[in-house]
Amino acid sequence: MDKNISFKLRYWRQNGPKDKGHFDEREMKDIPGDTSFLEMLDILNEELVSEGKEPFVFDHDCREGICGMCSLYINGTPHGKTERGATTCQLYMRKFKDGDTITVEPWRSAGFPVIKDCMVDRTAFDKIIQAGGYVTARTGQPQDANAILIPKQDADEAMDCASCIGCGACVAACKNGSAMLFVSSKVSQLALLPQGRPEAARRAKAMVAKMDELGFGNCTNTRACEAVCPKCESIANIARLNREFIAAKLND
Amino acid sequence: MWLCNSSIGRKVVMSVTGLALILFLTFHGSMNLVALFSKEGYNMICEFLGANWYAVAATLALAGLAVLHILYAFWLTLQNYRARGKDRYAVTDTPKKVEWASQNMLALGVVIVLGLALHLFNFWYNMMFAELIHQPMMGGIHAADGYGYIAQTFSNPVYVVLYVIWLLALWFHLTHGFWSAIQTLGWNGKVWFNRWHIISVVYSTVLVLMFLVVVAKFALCGAC
Repeated sequence: MDKNISFKLRYWRQNGPKDKGHFDEREMKDIPGDTSFLEMLDILNEELVSEGKEPFVFDHDCREGICGMCSLYINGTPHGKTERGATTCQLYMRKFKDGDTITVEPWRSAGFPVIKDCMVDRTAFDKIIQAGGYVTARTGQPQDANAILIPKQDADEAMDCASCIGCGACVAACKNGSAMLFVSSKVSQLALLPQGRPEAARRAKAMVAKMDELGFGNCTNTRACEAVCPKCESIANIARLNREFIAAKLND
Repeated sequence: MWLCNSSIGRKVVMSVTGLALILFLTFHGSMNLVALFSKEGYNMICEFLGANWYAVAATLALAGLAVLHILYAFWLTLQNYRARGKDRYAVTDTPKKVEWASQNMLALGVVIVLGLALHLFNFWYNMMFAELIHQPMMGGIHAADGYGYIAQTFSNPVYVVLYVIWLLALWFHLTHGFWSAIQTLGWNGKVWFNRWHIISVVYSTVLVLMFLVVVAKFALCGAC
């Protein structure tokens, strides 16, 4: 059982994308160390509701690190200083010290306008996927495992790319507001497999065009995205996307 | 045109021009080394690269590359600034693996351009430009006497300090720029990342040392 801690919480309040926004502060008392960060925010909201105040709005869903809905920028790091490969919901209060000040902010990027407080609109990612992040052929029933032979290494690599949950931490961490790690992972998960090859060129061009249209920035290879990705996506994916895109354009 | 209206295309222009400029620096640095052991040899190179048509054409092409690289840098930075949104984070904690140079490429680039302006004033203006306007003695020394201009410039400690700062900024710029250009062109992967990274640091270090050693030699013992 971890000991209880008390700390000052600074959390961002903003009434919609056009509102200026500000920080609210609250002293949180005796929070058990094995409380998850989102449970701590539930405690905050219970206190706010009991005082007749408006609850703090933040995104969350599965709370087991797989859905990609959490999106909090905690003490200067997307998802906070979790164990490598974890999202905000897997961050526990034992990671903080008694007397700390914890600052909670939304993802800040032109591509992700604030809906309210720390909830941001990430439909831009859905639009990028809709632009080409799929295979158009009907796949039908699952085929026999050996019908299309795929080297184990490629299958593993494609699976690693597919593990991107589209949380947007890459965009939040990038000083350029670039979505390249997300887009490259989604292009790679199909480009690495024979089923994805026939449409690889069209897919890379369409998804990059949509990404640019939605106002995401240009990648300058700072590697901040890779450092904070809760699913440990590699910038090798970005190199692969660059390859796919340049080859597609040269073949036009 | 995808080299203008797509993010990867714009980065490709930055990469190709950047790599071409690194290639130029390699030639330039190699020629400078001649000044360490032969005044006649160095001045022969200066004469070869004087106001001849091929040298002027190459200079114009080089200037074009540099201008393209600089214009795209400002263009990309402006777009990236906008993409970041109007609100900035109150608290930021940059991850350890993010190199300082990678976040300050434009600032380093500005220092390099200022250094370049000084360098063109010290050398190109008195050498190629002086020959082009048929005033070979404009700088006080004959336009083809590059060795004399090196000795004259680095006898002034202010220039020595400015050139060292300039070369240091260049080193930082190249340690990120080299592998970043390769990454943008797609010649990278999980295995090659560390290799390109080391190649970048080693190549940039050797390149900058090639320039620094000439500055040091003439600063410490002049034309001896």
